[in-house]
Amino acid sequence: MFEKYNPLDNNMLQVIDNDGKIINKEFFPNLSDDQIVKAYRDMLFARTADLMIVSYQRQGRIFTYPPNYGQEAIAGAIGANLKDDDWLVPAFREMGAYLAKGATLKELFLYFMGYEDGSLFKNAKNIFPMSVPIASQLTHAVGVAYELKYNKKDNVVLTVVGDGGTSEGDFHEALNIAGVWKGPVVFVVQNNQYGISTPVSVQTASKNIAVKSIAYGIKGIKVDGNDYFAMYKAINESITIAKKENMPVLIEALTYRKGAHTTSDDPTKYRTKEEEESWEEKDPLLRLKKYLISNKLFTEKEEEKLISQYKKEIDRQFIEAENYPKYPLDDVFKYLYEDMPADLLIQKNNHEKFLKWKENFVKN
Amino acid sequence: MKVMTIVNAVNDALDIKLGDDRNVIVYGEDVGVEGGVFRVTENLQKKYGVERVFDSPLAEDGIMGTAVGMAVAGLRPVVEMQFSGFAYPAFNQIISHASRMRNRSRGKYTTPIVVRMPYGGGINALEHHSESMEAIYGHIPGLKVVIPSTPHDAKGLMIAAIESNDTVIFMEPKRIYRAIKQEVSEDKFSIPIGKAKVLSKGSDVTVVAYGAMIREVQKAMIMAKNAGISVELIDLRTIYPIDRETIAESVKKTGRVITVVESPGSFSVASEISQIANEEAFVYLEAPPKRVTGFDTIVPLPKGEHHYIISPEKIFYEIERTVKF
Ligand SMILES: Cc1ncc(C[n+]2csc(CCOP(=O)(O)OP(=O)(O)O)c2C)c(N)n1
Repeated sequence: MFEKYNPLDNNMLQVIDNDGKIINKEFFPNLSDDQIVKAYRDMLFARTADLMIVSYQRQGRIFTYPPNYGQEAIAGAIGANLKDDDWLVPAFREMGAYLAKGATLKELFLYFMGYEDGSLFKNAKNIFPMSVPIASQLTHAVGVAYELKYNKKDNVVLTVVGDGGTSEGDFHEALNIAGVWKGPVVFVVQNNQYGISTPVSVQTASKNIAVKSIAYGIKGIKVDGNDYFAMYKAINESITIAKKENMPVLIEALTYRKGAHTTSDDPTKYRTKEEEESWEEKDPLLRLKKYLISNKLFTEKEEEKLISQYKKEIDRQFIEAENYPKYPLDDVFKYLYEDMPADLLIQKNNHEKFLKWKENFVKN
Repeated sequence: MKVMTIVNAVNDALDIKLGDDRNVIVYGEDVGVEGGVFRVTENLQKKYGVERVFDSPLAEDGIMGTAVGMAVAGLRPVVEMQFSGFAYPAFNQIISHASRMRNRSRGKYTTPIVVRMPYGGGINALEHHSESMEAIYGHIPGLKVVIPSTPHDAKGLMIAAIESNDTVIFMEPKRIYRAIKQEVSEDKFSIPIGKAKVLSKGSDVTVVAYGAMIREVQKAMIMAKNAGISVELIDLRTIYPIDRETIAESVKKTGRVITVVESPGSFSVASEISQIANEEAFVYLEAPPKRVTGFDTIVPLPKGEHHYIISPEKIFYEIERTVKF
């Protein structure tokens, strides 16, 4: 696969076309029909949740949120490939992957409502919290890979960054160190064409992003990020060689951010309607659904039913998050150190004294 | 005169300096086409072209390092760090080069750079979008650090910053970016860096603040007035070089000083003001200098931020305690 899709040739791994027809049998992944249907359902769940979060935000029930809309196949394929003991080191636009790792939607809601508790991912194993400073998470993944190799574990670490993130020094340091140290690490770049308003052409003069792997002595491949099968296959093979040969891999997943950068962004400022429309037929869910329907694995009716079922489930978790207990003062202080420094304790006690005073003051 | 917010005022200052000095170059993440995520650079690319106002790759250290190169070569870059919480990759260039080049080259080379960054809490933001890290910059020899609290000051200080031959960290209090509207002259004017301003005269206690805290202090002053306490309010405006004289003069008069900052208290600007009061007005002091600050903790996410944010009540509480000491 890596020979055939040498990034220097600018070829892109694609398995199905926009009509969901297989155009590349050789690289069709080894997935059962049930697995494929499950993949679609998971992506549909993530999309339904994503769209609902945007509308919760508009209702003022949640703060700033970065939509995943249009990029669901990447997170879906990551999630389907990672085992419990594999590590995920995320950015912040991979909902499907967090959910597959065992994070709950309620936790994501809590996070975007403004509770650190939402970063806990209580029942998810081996997942880092989301990382807001762009690209800073990538070297963490290289460190995790060192541990996996050091302790001869049969696992992989996968980390995610956006196209904008490839401009940061951290991206280059991570790839370089990974190339020198070697280890089971897979870097996935979600190339959704924009970093906020800035197009990828302003980020790099390289002919693609995958090509950057070559200079660092690691493997790289450019993949159609809106093609679930291609993404699944690429991640799956990458994990295999990352583990077997301790060979880091850079995957460029070409996609399009159909939504705004975040709920506070207005894309009409920097991109055209025509451009947005040109990506409609490449939509990852649409393409996978066409495959499923033509193979009689799924129907529109089922989709309708699923969506209404998902909406109820999503709303249930959202309301649970809305009814989360108030944020206690202790939580501001207690997680910073193993033992709270005396000085911090004094600050907290003084503040509590003030709060008592305030109660009286407000009454009078 | 024209009614302006801080956003408009900084934009106006940039517009004026782009217009009168072709060495001024404005760049950073999303500042060109979009005009910045807070719209501070709106329309400037349209007016001055992509060679002078442009989007950079997403690389803060690269933005800062290229600014050092441009500045040494004779340009006057005004760069934006999209949020102060994302300026840390640029620290290497700020600390290792921008602040040291003049000294290193014994004055042969200068770095007339303005580093703009929105900072501060109270806007219900995600992690890293709420911190107030001015003390870190104040601690670096060779930097000037400016924080305006009004549209008028924002404009005048920005023009002074661009005209300064030293690197200026220009921190914009985003909580009041659009909250304060004020008549501001459309002409070119500048406000000297390094000069604090006495906003209200008073006799019982001096309160020093800057940025978004000014408004909070003014709310507390209404409570103080009701309690019969007369407050002298100083807007510091420049963190460094710090205006010792104005602080000392006021503290000598009132005998008491409180500094209100939204950053953690330890090693903060408030600590510095307290020490200046000790050094310059020790025999006049009738109460220990007081710091009203954020906790020495991470700023909580929105649901916990009310615990952290400094309320007018808290400021009044400390004013009263200091006066009754
Ligand atoms: C170090 C850093 N600089 C700036 C920002 C502000 N910011 C948040 S998202 C973003 C664009 C990121 O673009 P990209 O890496 O392509 O990811 P995408 O948002 O498209 O998923 C920027 C500039 C940040 N979070 N971190």
